Amino acid sequence: MKLKLKIWRQKNAAAEGKMVDYDISDVSSDMSFLEMLDVLNETLIKKGEEPVEFDHDCREGICGSCSLYINGEPHGPQKLTTACQLHMRSFKDGETIYIEPWRAKAFPVIKDLVVDRTAFDRIIQAGGYISVNTSGNTIDANATPVPKDDADSAFDAATCIGCGACVAACRNASAMLFVSAKVSQLALLPQGEVEANVRALNMVEQMDKEGFGNCTVTGACEAECPKGISLGNITRLNREYMKAKLNPVD
Amino acid sequence: MSNSALIQSSLAKKYWMAATGLFLCLFLVGHLAGNLQLLISGEEGLLQFNEYAKFMTSNPVVMILSYLTYISILFHAIDGFVLTVQNRKARPKNYAYSKPSENSLWTSRNMALLGTIILVFIILHMRQFWYVMHWGPIGVDSAGNKDLYTVTITAFTDGTFGLLYTIGYVVAMVAIALHLSHGFQSAFQSLGLRTDKLKKAIIIVGYIFAMLIPLLFAIIPVYIHLTH
Ligand code: HEM
Ligand code: SF4
Ligand code: FES
Repeated sequence: MKLKLKIWRQKNAAAEGKMVDYDISDVSSDMSFLEMLDVLNETLIKKGEEPVEFDHDCREGICGSCSLYINGEPHGPQKLTTACQLHMRSFKDGETIYIEPWRAKAFPVIKDLVVDRTAFDRIIQAGGYISVNTSGNTIDANATPVPKDDADSAFDAATCIGCGACVAACRNASAMLFVSAKVSQLALLPQGEVEANVRALNMVEQMDKEGFGNCTVTGACEAECPKGISLGNITRLNREYMKAKLNPVD
Repeated sequence: MSNSALIQSSLAKKYWMAATGLFLCLFLVGHLAGNLQLLISGEEGLLQFNEYAKFMTSNPVVMILSYLTYISILFHAIDGFVLTVQNRKARPKNYAYSKPSENSLWTSRNMALLGTIILVFIILHMRQFWYVMHWGPIGVDSAGNKDLYTVTITAFTDGTFGLLYTIGYVVAMVAIALHLSHGFQSAFQSLGLRTDKLKKAIIIVGYIFAMLIPLLFAIIPVYIHLTH
């Protein structure tokens, strides 16, 4: 396959970036999207040019690193698929492909296609955990009975890989889907219910502080999430937060 | 621990947006019930509508409801403006190439635009009827009530302006229909009520409400324009 790539190049966080055109040939339709970028980078290195910086780690759809806005959509055109699991057969020979970093105030570009997603880490630090003693006498989590429906919903929410595609897709750069998945995952389980109120309050407060936008229920996040995290989690977050606000005790 | 008031956070702003929005939906139903009386023709319709208009401007319970409506519109518009400004700031640099239609509906992305059209309409509409009802100039009917009926009929039939106003009215109703086709169900989502079980039903009821109410509103001026 031959392709025309338009890639965002930016030297560092302070620099002005711009879209740069690259022509690439010798792309096999069996390559993953990231392998295609590897091929491009090899040719750039051979020519003595700076390779295109992009985030990746597991390359099997579980780490959430590969944050590429491909042809107008986060993780590209294929639904329920991370950029690393996207294959070049999803594109036509001779196609022009735009590749951009996530765009959000809370996710500043570090270099080229790499953005700083520590805002998500700080939201987790604000309450995305349960306080249990892990020093020697841990209780087996399975010893606490959980209703099947709750367990299933909690598990679904827990499949969020923190990639940030929801923020990238949302026209308001809202992090509601991510935060709601994390809040739901814990609030649905007896171990997490204890701190549910403080958690909802603190995680939402941190989310707002980071400069993410407000949810207008466009549903873009759900449509673009590679893990199929549903809007029902945002419904639950709205409920959990209201419950916490109306409960003055803790 | 957070100590922000029940208004500062992103979620709380949406609670108020939803609460005022749904209250305005109720207001629309009440307002429509009144307007439909304009379809009664002749002297009988005139007297009944004017009697109703007098009741709406003098009954204490209705007065409280109308003040709640003014406050809701104001708050809804200001809150919506604040949310929209924050949302623009959350993405200072936009994509070179973006395909939002792949993942969301136009209405859901253009609530502020639709809201602004509705706001302009509300201001013109209040100037034309609410202001005249309160401060004139307005005639009196045979029962001694202010003749809002004639003011209304004239507005929609008086030459080119009557035609323009009828068209403008219909355009505003289209804006309300689009605003509510997203807004109705979105409000339930913002309030945490659109659970997976209820989601489908709420969306369907929302679409029916969003089509039916503005349609009935729009029929009235069109009917008046064509028959008088
Ligand atoms: C008859 C009048 C109106 C009704 C019945 C109405 C109803 C609604 C409803 C139910 C929502 C959904 C709330 C939510 O998602 O939680 C909404 C959202 C919205 N409305 Fe209205 N509205 C009206 C007029 C206006 C006006 C005059 C404006 C602005 C000038 C406006 C601006 C907005 C905006 C910007 C949103 C989106 C807010 C967001 O999702 O963040 N609306 N409206
Ligand atoms: S909710 Fe989906 S899109 Fe958002 S961070 Fe989690 S996995 Fe990624
Ligand atoms: S590189 Fe790990 S999810 Fe794509």
